[in-house]
Amino acid sequence: MILFGARSDLPLKNDATSRFLPWLIAPMVFLCSIALAGTIILHGMIGRWDRDVSGTLTVEIAAAPGDAQTSAERTRAKVEAAIKILSDTPGVIQARALSQDQLSALLAPWLGNTDLLREMPLPALIDVTIRPEHGPDLDALAAQLDKAVQGASIDDHRVWLSRLIGLSRAIAGLAVAVVVIIAGATSATVIYATRTGMAVHREVIDVLHLIGATDDYIARQFADRAFTLGLKGGVLGLLLNIPILGGLGFFGLHRLQGGFLGDLSLPFFGWIGVVVLPVAAAALAMLTARLTVHATLARMV
Amino acid sequence: MGRKTPRHGNVVQFDSVGLRYDHGPEILQDINFALPAGSFHFLTGPSGAGKSSLLRLIYLAQKPSRGRVTLFGRDTLLARRYELPALRRRVGVVFQEFKLLDHLSTLDNVALPLRVAGAGEAEVQKFVPDLLDWVGLSEHIHAKPPTLSGGQKQRVAIARAVIARPDLLLADEPTGNVDDDIAMRLMYLFEELNKLGTTVLVATHNHSLISRLQHPRLHLENGALLGPEP
Ligand SMILES: Nc1ncnc2c1ncn2[C@@H]1O[C@H](COP(=O)(O)OP(=O)(O)O)[C@@H](O)[C@H]1O
Ligand SMILES: [Mg+2]
Repeated sequence: MILFGARSDLPLKNDATSRFLPWLIAPMVFLCSIALAGTIILHGMIGRWDRDVSGTLTVEIAAAPGDAQTSAERTRAKVEAAIKILSDTPGVIQARALSQDQLSALLAPWLGNTDLLREMPLPALIDVTIRPEHGPDLDALAAQLDKAVQGASIDDHRVWLSRLIGLSRAIAGLAVAVVVIIAGATSATVIYATRTGMAVHREVIDVLHLIGATDDYIARQFADRAFTLGLKGGVLGLLLNIPILGGLGFFGLHRLQGGFLGDLSLPFFGWIGVVVLPVAAAALAMLTARLTVHATLARMV
Repeated sequence: MGRKTPRHGNVVQFDSVGLRYDHGPEILQDINFALPAGSFHFLTGPSGAGKSSLLRLIYLAQKPSRGRVTLFGRDTLLARRYELPALRRRVGVVFQEFKLLDHLSTLDNVALPLRVAGAGEAEVQKFVPDLLDWVGLSEHIHAKPPTLSGGQKQRVAIARAVIARPDLLLADEPTGNVDDDIAMRLMYLFEELNKLGTTVLVATHNHSLISRLQHPRLHLENGALLGPEP
């Protein structure tokens, strides 16, 4: 294969129609790498959440009815009963009731005034640590708790996690759709530029044919040109992207460390993917140009 | 290169060939002739008689309206598209209007037949400068066609036609733009190739050439072919 500054029998270098290609491919590669990086980062985030929550579950016990005093006492009795059951369950490492203060602290960001909280009949929460590998049978445990302690329910975080995973899948699907649309738009652009170039150089193509050039000999020259232009655009798109991805990693490390989102930087293989994108775009442009020339020539003569 | 040069038999054969452009009159009518392997013919006739058209039929730039054109034993109407490059590489053509590529240097123009056949740069450097020297263009090896005179362009076109040692050489008025000395020199080049086995067909007006070189003539007149006559 002839690449980069290789001599060409067709004067494609000066074509006005193909000169704009890099400027179209650059934003496409830019968008594509954002979509790719976004998907990878999101995927990593969800994996971390999954790891964080898989060793824990929370048992919630609804506040018992009655005035504040009776309610609190009855609830405390239920909590003790539940802790007893939990502690006797194989697979449970530890079961610990959250104190009123811990509960208030948890709710404070949402409800504000903690004095008000003390007046409210709050559910009690039991923080349960389970073996991540050989945890308890959650369905059986839920049934047992439900029978023994009225108003007890297990929240194993999986519900909201599965919603998050569903959301991330939807976002990943969207990213794939974006990539497909972008690839289609890139191809359409290359097809247009190639056809225009072929019309412009019709006479040269005729001469090459008469001298005995195969369609593929001609197609390769257009393909090489498309590869060079595609790579130019792709690298430009990548350069636009590096500050954003780098900045995201920096931001994630220095501002949100330990927070809900955690580390937002792109993992190493993600960088590889992002760096490969311009080459993939160039390869797509090359293949498209080659097929376009073949299809057009087959119709021409 | 493995060539199936027919050392005997006909390189070109026309059977009842007719040609019309679009819906116009028949430019060529009922043409029958054959070029035996290794032969050298002139193609003569007044301007507009259809010499260029006849050559176009041979180098597969044009399909006959009727009849059969056979090239190297292959019925060209039956040849598939993918077979055409290999057939065309065996034919060297000096086009009447040269058809040089203006953006390429003399060297690159002449190298084209080698390159489309997959030759490497070593082969190009080995053969092209020598040939350009032979046709007197070594000083213009890097010049581009627009800067060359008509006669120089013609010699580039001839060099390109013969560089790959074709089995069949077609030349459409190849001496129209050069003086008689150079014309004779070019004809000797064709004769050398012919001695090496290349079948040659030269369309020309040049009567001094025709009379000096004793080769049979195909004569076109009013769309009909007379000859070959010695
Ligand atoms: N592409 C074409 N379309 C229509 N008519 C053509 C074309 N090429 C040649 N002709 C006509 O065919 C006739 C023969 O032309 P040509 O083969 O060039 O003759 P010659 O080479 O003997 O001068 C002329 O009348 C010319 O006008
Ligand atoms: Mg003519």
